[in-house]
Amino acid sequence: MQMAMEIASWALILSGSFFVVVGMVGLVRMPELYTRMHAASVTDTLGAGLLIFGMMLQAGLSLVTLKLVFLLALYIFTAPVVTHALARAALHEDVKPLLGRLRAPTLLTRRSKVKSGRRS
Amino acid sequence: MRYVSLGLLLFGFWLALSGHYTAFLITIGALSTLFCVAVARRANALDDEGQPVHLFFGTLTYYPWLMWEIAKSGWTVTKIILNPRLPISPTMIKVRAGQKTAAGIATYANSITLTPGTMTVGVDGHDLTVHALVREGALDLKEGGMDRRVRRFEKGL
Repeated sequence: MQMAMEIASWALILSGSFFVVVGMVGLVRMPELYTRMHAASVTDTLGAGLLIFGMMLQAGLSLVTLKLVFLLALYIFTAPVVTHALARAALHEDVKPLLGRLRAPTLLTRRSKVKSGRRS
Repeated sequence: MRYVSLGLLLFGFWLALSGHYTAFLITIGALSTLFCVAVARRANALDDEGQPVHLFFGTLTYYPWLMWEIAKSGWTVTKIILNPRLPISPTMIKVRAGQKTAAGIATYANSITLTPGTMTVGVDGHDLTVHALVREGALDLKEGGMDRRVRRFEKGL
């Protein structure tokens, strides 16, 4: 029983860490602000959520678990508000979202064009 | 009624966070609970939106459902991020929120933002402006499955 708990807890913590890293990779790969925010939300929700559930299994039925529940609730309520505020502020400042079907090659040429433009 | 439930909630919160159950600390907790309820009463902060008690039982089934949605769309976004071709098609759409109360609309908008791949960037009455990472995500939202689920939640189910 103890063993199964440990395994489940570590599986949750490791997969949570995996999604944190995925969000980070997405943050670097995405072309502009809005798509980057989508990548970051993987870290926010799946990453943080799985880590907290993993830690709950570590703590067992105790006050620590209850505090983790509060932490998760706080997260669920504040994260979308912050995301919304950031996106809204960006729209307000006329940061135009990149729209339409995009693939990595077009993204690469787009990026190199921007770079050469800056140099000249 | 709302004051009683806020008071119980705050006192429970105090007990859970403190973890020390001596007469002195419990008295202090009760006093600060009373103080907070008095302040909330003075600020007139307790109404349908400030403390939506009628939504409590709905959350018991709504949050597990939302977590499953988050897991599914999180996995979709993960596959897009790790795909070497990075097949994204960012889309902006208008979605109609069918909820009747402000708390319902806020829940819907927040749920959209919370699921990876879609986020609410603007709210104007019942019209939400949503940015989606891929067109399929925007179309899923247009179908209105989540809208119906939140409407059910709003009614307290």
